[in-house]
Amino acid sequence: MYQQNPKIVKGVDWLTIWLYAALVFIGLLCIFSVEYNSNDNVLQTFLGFKKEYSKQFYFFCASIVLGIFILLTDSKLFTATANLAYLFGILLILATFVVGKEVGGSKSWIPLGFMNVQPVEVCKIFTSLALAKYLSLPETNFKTTKAQLIAVAIAFSPAILSVLQSEPGAAIVYFSFALAFYREGLPTLYLLIIFSLGILIIASILINPNTLFIIFTIIAAVLIYLNRRKIKRDKGLLIMIAGIWLLCVGVQKVGVPVLFNNILKPHQIVRILSTFGKDDYKFKSEERTVEINKEFAKLGTTKKKPGEKIESYNVKQSKIAIGSGGFWGKGFLQGTQTRGDFVPAQNTDFIFSSVGENFGFFGCIVLLLLYFGLMFRLIFLAERQRSVFSRVYMYCVVGILFFHVALNICMTLGLAPSPGITLPLISYGGSSLITFTALLFIAIKLDSDRQMVLR
Amino acid sequence: MAVFNPSRKNVVLLVFISLFILIVFQLANIQLFSSKYRLAADDQGIFKKVIYPDRGIVYDRNRKVLLQNSTIYDLMVTPGKLKGTDTFALCSILGIDTAEFKKRVLAAIIKNKSYRASVFEALLSNEKMAMLNESMYKFEPGFYLQQRSVRDYPFDAGGNVLGYLSEVDSNTLKNPKYVGYNMGDYIGKVGLEKTYEKVLMGQRGIEFWKKDNKNRLTDKWEAGKYDTMPIAGQNMHTSLDIELQELGEKLMENKLGSIVAVDPKTGGILCMVSAPSFKPKLLTGAERRKHINELLTNPALPLLNRSVSATYSPGSTFKTLQALVGMHEGVINTQTAVSCGGAFYGCGSGKPMRCLDYGTYNLRSAVTFSDNTYFATVMQRVINNPKYPTIDSSLTAWNNYMYAFGLGKRLGVDVPSEKKGFIPDPTFFNKTYGNGKWNYCTFRSVSIGQGEVTATPIQVANEMAYIANKGWYKIPHLVDSIEGGDKYEMLSTFKQKHNAIDIADSIYEAVHDGMQGVVERGTGTNAKVKGITICGKTGTVENYFRGVKQPNHAFFCGFAPRDNPKIAIMCVVENSGRFGGTYAAPIVGLMIEKYLNDSITDKGRLAKIESLSKLNLMPKRIYAEIRRQDSARHAGDSAYLIAKGFIRIIKDTLELDEDDEVDALDKLKKDKETVKNDIPAKDSNNTKPNNKPAAILPDEKKKNSVIDSLKG
Repeated sequence: MYQQNPKIVKGVDWLTIWLYAALVFIGLLCIFSVEYNSNDNVLQTFLGFKKEYSKQFYFFCASIVLGIFILLTDSKLFTATANLAYLFGILLILATFVVGKEVGGSKSWIPLGFMNVQPVEVCKIFTSLALAKYLSLPETNFKTTKAQLIAVAIAFSPAILSVLQSEPGAAIVYFSFALAFYREGLPTLYLLIIFSLGILIIASILINPNTLFIIFTIIAAVLIYLNRRKIKRDKGLLIMIAGIWLLCVGVQKVGVPVLFNNILKPHQIVRILSTFGKDDYKFKSEERTVEINKEFAKLGTTKKKPGEKIESYNVKQSKIAIGSGGFWGKGFLQGTQTRGDFVPAQNTDFIFSSVGENFGFFGCIVLLLLYFGLMFRLIFLAERQRSVFSRVYMYCVVGILFFHVALNICMTLGLAPSPGITLPLISYGGSSLITFTALLFIAIKLDSDRQMVLR
Repeated sequence: MAVFNPSRKNVVLLVFISLFILIVFQLANIQLFSSKYRLAADDQGIFKKVIYPDRGIVYDRNRKVLLQNSTIYDLMVTPGKLKGTDTFALCSILGIDTAEFKKRVLAAIIKNKSYRASVFEALLSNEKMAMLNESMYKFEPGFYLQQRSVRDYPFDAGGNVLGYLSEVDSNTLKNPKYVGYNMGDYIGKVGLEKTYEKVLMGQRGIEFWKKDNKNRLTDKWEAGKYDTMPIAGQNMHTSLDIELQELGEKLMENKLGSIVAVDPKTGGILCMVSAPSFKPKLLTGAERRKHINELLTNPALPLLNRSVSATYSPGSTFKTLQALVGMHEGVINTQTAVSCGGAFYGCGSGKPMRCLDYGTYNLRSAVTFSDNTYFATVMQRVINNPKYPTIDSSLTAWNNYMYAFGLGKRLGVDVPSEKKGFIPDPTFFNKTYGNGKWNYCTFRSVSIGQGEVTATPIQVANEMAYIANKGWYKIPHLVDSIEGGDKYEMLSTFKQKHNAIDIADSIYEAVHDGMQGVVERGTGTNAKVKGITICGKTGTVENYFRGVKQPNHAFFCGFAPRDNPKIAIMCVVENSGRFGGTYAAPIVGLMIEKYLNDSITDKGRLAKIESLSKLNLMPKRIYAEIRRQDSARHAGDSAYLIAKGFIRIIKDTLELDEDDEVDALDKLKKDKETVKNDIPAKDSNNTKPNNKPAAILPDEKKKNSVIDSLKG
């Protein structure tokens, strides 16, 4: 085979392909275990394109074709068409405003008859390519603020459009490009600021606004007192401390309340609040409170005893399914929770729970090792690239993968809010599978051409 | 050109690894170190399905089946699958209109959601079932038939004895004795079904099923590895003679009362008739709903097993025992003569006790002609016997005889809700009249089975067995043996002989002579059967209802044949009027003939059966009560009837006694208080239970408990 098709397989990183195949295979098993019915004729339904595992199987076949096609192309194609593809992606997203199909409350899907495509999902590929293209331009100096801003603009344009379509879950993934930026020299300070902002927002949700205000003020006062000598010499420091204090208080007293009262949808607020186990957030208007409470009720959040943490029905069921798996799991097709449809959206967002129940702690660790193995392998590949384009692109892929895996698994374990992010290569969904296949196979192709210097 | 900065790779790796560790920690936390989730999963994902075994079969003494299982069907509906069902055809079969159809479907949806099956019509009758079965294909898959096992009574007799099943009530569920029963389970309510619940029920099996988020069962959990099979209930053989039982029920039609017959050698109950009775088939399956309320509110109390739960003054049947006591105490001998000069004046002034025939009697003739004076004198001598220093001690000695005869205490019959009856003792009289303020004259009517003394029909029958056996009895019981062994040791007490007092055979012979005379030439000649030597004793019991004298209860008890007795029997006909010999004696005669000769073929005797069966001796007040209930328009509302006291009215005449002496004493106290409270309470005419005369409160309590036990 190697000899017969030297052109395709030359320099291809087989380890990545095996990891990819293993993950897709596990995904098929999991979808099968969720949907399997003992009365079904397995072979018939598997080929029937009615059940989701059957569809996923065909999507996988399509993915293989796509993968081979990518491996057959010239790497230069990607650098040459990167900007064009990005433009195409943006146009696709814009097109959903016109011909979009509403799935699950957001009008972000384009119907293609046999499947629905979510442009935001596909656009990750184009954005990665465009970013790689931009950052690898000889005239780009990533140390300049201008270059940084352009890069951020490229990364977030699709995300902003997606938010406008009320699909913030998919948009949040675009934060993953920060990984590539960091690798390419974005100052650590920026990331720390973003990180602190995140902490600040969480603190604003959890802690009573007035208490938090007092804490901020005390910290600011202590800082001023400790640095009183320096301040005498340099008034700028005082202004800086005062500025930071003002920013914190602003976010806490104005930003977060506006976010919660006016911007976010009730179901999103509920997801966020239930992750932190908080259900007594004070909303400004009575209507809003009623709306949120309704949403809590809809999600099936339960709170039995006064002191108990609230938990959304989905997350609770997911934890029950995973937790009941024990060390070795209940065995393939033996999970009572999976078979009984207790976990909602178990084929897509909560697929990890079927791994947890059927294959237990052991299976989960194996799956995690496969994922992190794939990511580490990609980082290793990225670092051996000679061309900046390839390296940036691969870091984008690693970032997206990591973001998906981490957020999705943390969500099923109740560690993070559920933004509706799929588990790459495992969750059911044609868009998702094909996107990740394309992402990975482009990376593999670029790696196989690592001797070339791509611009 | 971007900066080449490989050290940042390591930072990225570090972030990845730390997140990996975080996830592993959380996984370990919920999968390995917490059983909470496993329990929650089992709780919501596994369903324990209880598999009910067949209940045991009950046979009579001739191996005829009295109680077995038969299959009945429920029509189930799954509202979600109703599309395309021929509703019109279904409605016409079930005899409902489309509005009712919609109502039931809606109710099913509300109760069980549309994707789960609920009962559309429970316990289909045979006709509906036959029609449905033919055209079931029209109604599938929205409807299906679900099998269910119900009890079947091939002879449709002995309802009170065999008992019936009904759903467990919340009180029973709380009772630790019945642990393991769930809401909706069936449990034996009265009769043998209740007493032998453990034996008949068998052992339930459990199947573990997986269920889904909508509570539908999907398939067996772990392929049924942990399932247990049900073990069928044990079959039981009883001493009952179902043909005798049927004859008894026939003879007691249109009457209130009871017949109990016992095999004196074994204590096995041959028949236990309580009239009015009910057809046990009326309380199985689809019939139950229609009939239970009617039975519960019927003022004649058909659900009350009078044979064990009603207590009567035993009347003159008591005299046979007094004769035994008198002779054993030595205060009389067979030759002792007492003259009846018109009445018994042993207490000076006060109401004298009349004798039935004037003249002089000895023991035999006194029994034969049921002379009151003779037995009043006998008991006077026993009580005033100088052998005992005080009246307390002499009465206690007399009490001990009575207890030895099986009176004044529960015999331990294997039919539930047995009453004790009452034998007055010194404590009772001291409480009632005050210490030392009573003497023989206070209770002289006890000597002839009137006054304070009461007994249940089964006790009287047992007393006859005692006399027939010349000094011993075995506890009367229905169940002789249990197939597969008596695992719960329920039958061991029935094997023991009870002979607390050793009385010489010659004494018994004298009493037997007198009793034979009763049937041959005395008060009970109506009981005579050609070719059988019957020993019997009549009783004519005066009784009062709310202070108003009611027609006499007719009693007859006896045993036959005199040598080698095979049956001891008693019959009571409430408020029949006339004498014990008039109505009760011929019934007993026919029963003895039937049992000993196996059948009655003589035309005259058969005609006698028919005429006795048609004879209506139902007290007038029962009919009055029924009319009153009908007009009250609350005929179905038993709570209302109890509150109004309609049901109590009948109960009062039965003098249901208290479960233990403490209660009896309480009642006495309250009796005294009532005298004061009675008038204002009646005037206020208040129906609230609190304001009722205190005297009826204990009764009221009992009534509720009786009704509860009947209702189940």
